[in-house]
Amino acid sequence: MASEANKVLTKPIVDNNPIALQVLGICSALAVTSSMANALVMTLAVVFVTAFSNLFISIIRNQIPSSVRIIVQMAIIASLVIVVDQVLKAFSYALSKELAVFVGLIITNCIVMGRAEAFAMKEKPGVSFLDGIGNGLGYGFILMTVAFFRELLGFGTLFGVEILPLIQNGGWYQANGLLVLPFSSFFVIGLIIWAIRQWKPEQVEKD
Amino acid sequence: MEHYLSLLVKTIFIENIALSFFLGMCTFLAVSKKVSTAIGLGVAVVVVLGIAVPANQIIYQAILAPGALDSVMGVTDPAKSIDLSFLSFITFIGVIAALVQILEMVLDKYFPPLYNALGIFLPLITVNCAIFGAVSFMVAKNLTLGESVVYGIGSGIGWALAIVLLAGIREKMKYSDVPDGLKGLGITFITAGLMAFGFLSFGGISL
Repeated sequence: MASEANKVLTKPIVDNNPIALQVLGICSALAVTSSMANALVMTLAVVFVTAFSNLFISIIRNQIPSSVRIIVQMAIIASLVIVVDQVLKAFSYALSKELAVFVGLIITNCIVMGRAEAFAMKEKPGVSFLDGIGNGLGYGFILMTVAFFRELLGFGTLFGVEILPLIQNGGWYQANGLLVLPFSSFFVIGLIIWAIRQWKPEQVEKD
Repeated sequence: MEHYLSLLVKTIFIENIALSFFLGMCTFLAVSKKVSTAIGLGVAVVVVLGIAVPANQIIYQAILAPGALDSVMGVTDPAKSIDLSFLSFITFIGVIAALVQILEMVLDKYFPPLYNALGIFLPLITVNCAIFGAVSFMVAKNLTLGESVVYGIGSGIGWALAIVLLAGIREKMKYSDVPDGLKGLGITFITAGLMAFGFLSFGGISL
């Protein structure tokens, strides 16, 4: 049992990554990765929402009529996201302004819906909760990796702390302006997918 | 008139919802293998956005906006002003889901050929973050009803344009020799990144 729980928790991180393999939840992965701090907050928010939506949906899975299940799932997810949004606004207003509509977009983040539909509707609450955390972490892993490269090479900092001293401040590092622009995360994610598939060749797509 | 025209051009090209805000990415990357399906999905998104954005604008301004219910409920003291804006996420997603359902029924009854052509794409649209994102932007930008109609249709056209272009490129890519690990998702990410780079060149235009 312990090993099964372990597997559910760790499998989505590399072996069955929501972004790199399941093609879920890409929107926010592109837009909020300009700094590590943003990516961390987004990761925590998504882990929280996915874990609890999986838990609650799994608890009532036998009571949900299948014809209205999408609406029921949506209502649960939307309520959780409202909680996250209100907490962010109360305790970290500047950050919530920076993440803007992307907090709300967790509702339509396909990871949450996808896991609710594919996992929580069939499995027991405990396992579903772990699956939610695992998938949230898999999403966070990609998010943090992208943010790491973008912040380090684009601004020379990590979490706002200077790592590579910029030329403007008398250092030696010439910041790469391309990585400041949002679309650069497309390239970074593309390259991460390439790296993961070189490491795990069974993920390569056949045509 | 000129104002609406420039808003339309701006939402299609300069603030393209897929390539500048990265919304609706999951379907954008997953359903862009063939031009014909991309066109079907694109049309569906234009229709849903054109209806959903103004519908939510009316609901937001009439019920949810801070102070909107004051005159109806007879509240005169500004300190007791009714602010339901924290309910906006759950309301919007409900309205979108209901609209898609109604649209599906109407199309099925009166325009069967279009219904058959759109097929599975309609229900998919509920969880397409382009719709929810455009609605959230509409609130953030405080658009009037007329502007929201133009904004909805414009963002729909912009999204449709982007997915059809990507599908066109991917159809041609079958003939190119892509490294194994990049095949499929990886190269699609990089292609989309280059397209976003291209659309960035519209950025300097002010209307």
